[in-house]
Amino acid sequence: MALTREQLAQRVAQELCDGYYVNLGIGIPTLVANHVPEGMEVMLQSENGLLGMGEFPTEENIDPDLINAGKQTVTAVTGASYFSSADSFTMIRGGHVDLTVLGAFEVDQNGSIASWMIPGKLVKGMGGAMDLVASAKNIVVTMTHANKKGESKLLRKCTLPLTGAACIKKIVSDLAYIEIHDRKFHLIERAPGVSVDEIVLKTEGELIVPENVPEMVF
Amino acid sequence: MQGFNKVVLSYDEALDGLTNNMTIMVGGFGLCGIPEGLIGKIKCMGVRELTCISNNAGVDGFGLGILLEEQQIKKMIASYVGENSLFEKQLLSGELAVELTPQGTLAEKMRAGGAGIPAFFTPSGYGTPIAKGKETREYNGKMHVLEEALTADFSLVKAWKADTMGNLVFRKTAMNFNPMAATAGRITVVEVEEIVRAGELDPNHIHTPGIYVNRVIKGSFEKRIEKLTVTK
Repeated sequence: MALTREQLAQRVAQELCDGYYVNLGIGIPTLVANHVPEGMEVMLQSENGLLGMGEFPTEENIDPDLINAGKQTVTAVTGASYFSSADSFTMIRGGHVDLTVLGAFEVDQNGSIASWMIPGKLVKGMGGAMDLVASAKNIVVTMTHANKKGESKLLRKCTLPLTGAACIKKIVSDLAYIEIHDRKFHLIERAPGVSVDEIVLKTEGELIVPENVPEMVF
Repeated sequence: MQGFNKVVLSYDEALDGLTNNMTIMVGGFGLCGIPEGLIGKIKCMGVRELTCISNNAGVDGFGLGILLEEQQIKKMIASYVGENSLFEKQLLSGELAVELTPQGTLAEKMRAGGAGIPAFFTPSGYGTPIAKGKETREYNGKMHVLEEALTADFSLVKAWKADTMGNLVFRKTAMNFNPMAATAGRITVVEVEEIVRAGELDPNHIHTPGIYVNRVIKGSFEKRIEKLTVTK
């Protein structure tokens, strides 16, 4: 079975380490915050200018001056800090954030990512995505492996305008955990109950399949 | 003698000198930390053909969205404009030009503009449509794009508190683009929730020193929330 949104977030959460500063994108990446392993401390960075993002507020604690990058009302945890957007991207571009998680329309075997623009449809903007992928050392992309028509989103070459070139090394899709190096996709784990054949079928780019592909463990 | 007293008592004074075809830089992220009264005054003044530098374009009926209603903005420089249907309509009809800029690049362009740095190389956007026609250069084995600084005729800033000398303190994530905007305006106008006497703000805790600020006005703020999310 393909992973659910929550399972995707759960698998990504396995990439967290104690003491990590983490930037989570909008959508499935946001759910990763719900799966931080017990006893582990991570600080969430929100690129509008908050390090130490907490949960959504209770009704009594709503503060219009405290929002996240998705413009949702949030809270700040103990040890949090506020700063300008220039400082925020100093953290991001400067490589100070330990892990970045974001979504994508397409990723290719060179590690290029397209996530912000579909020609012909209205372009809303890239927000902070281009800065996030440009310099982060450790990026995990969460995405569905194929579109609704069953067409692969893990390609030889991205067809959509890029968000960043040759910058992605890890993908958690609903079917598999895949790493990118040597200009190839490498199958590392498969979702429970998903066959290697299905993953091969739904990966257009060059995919290296080892003899043994373990199932993800939750 | 006015000395260092930056306080103005009316929005007329606050935006005196703003005319058609000028470039304005406006702080805020979404609807958070926007100079609501100054934007409202621009609508009343009816100045047109403005180039507007701001991370977002407000929503229909609030924030910069109200300037789109009267088609006062001819060009928008922003990183994300997805929350505004009027914006979409004007963009598609060609009434409005938009220059999309990565958020971190936008913040740095504003910072650089205020800091007297005309341009800088950044890795953001290399290999993407944003880099088209721009100079690129390799540093440390990685490609970078040359991006130019931004300045404005007027910077419109929202701060939490100011003292009469224009020293500013921001509050929580309402800081966002405001400190950079404050440095990059030929005339910087700040709308605040509270004005205190010089000396009342602890000099250790001032985010933006008064040297960048020309005018301070006390506003009143609705602080509309774009996406209310709560824990039950």
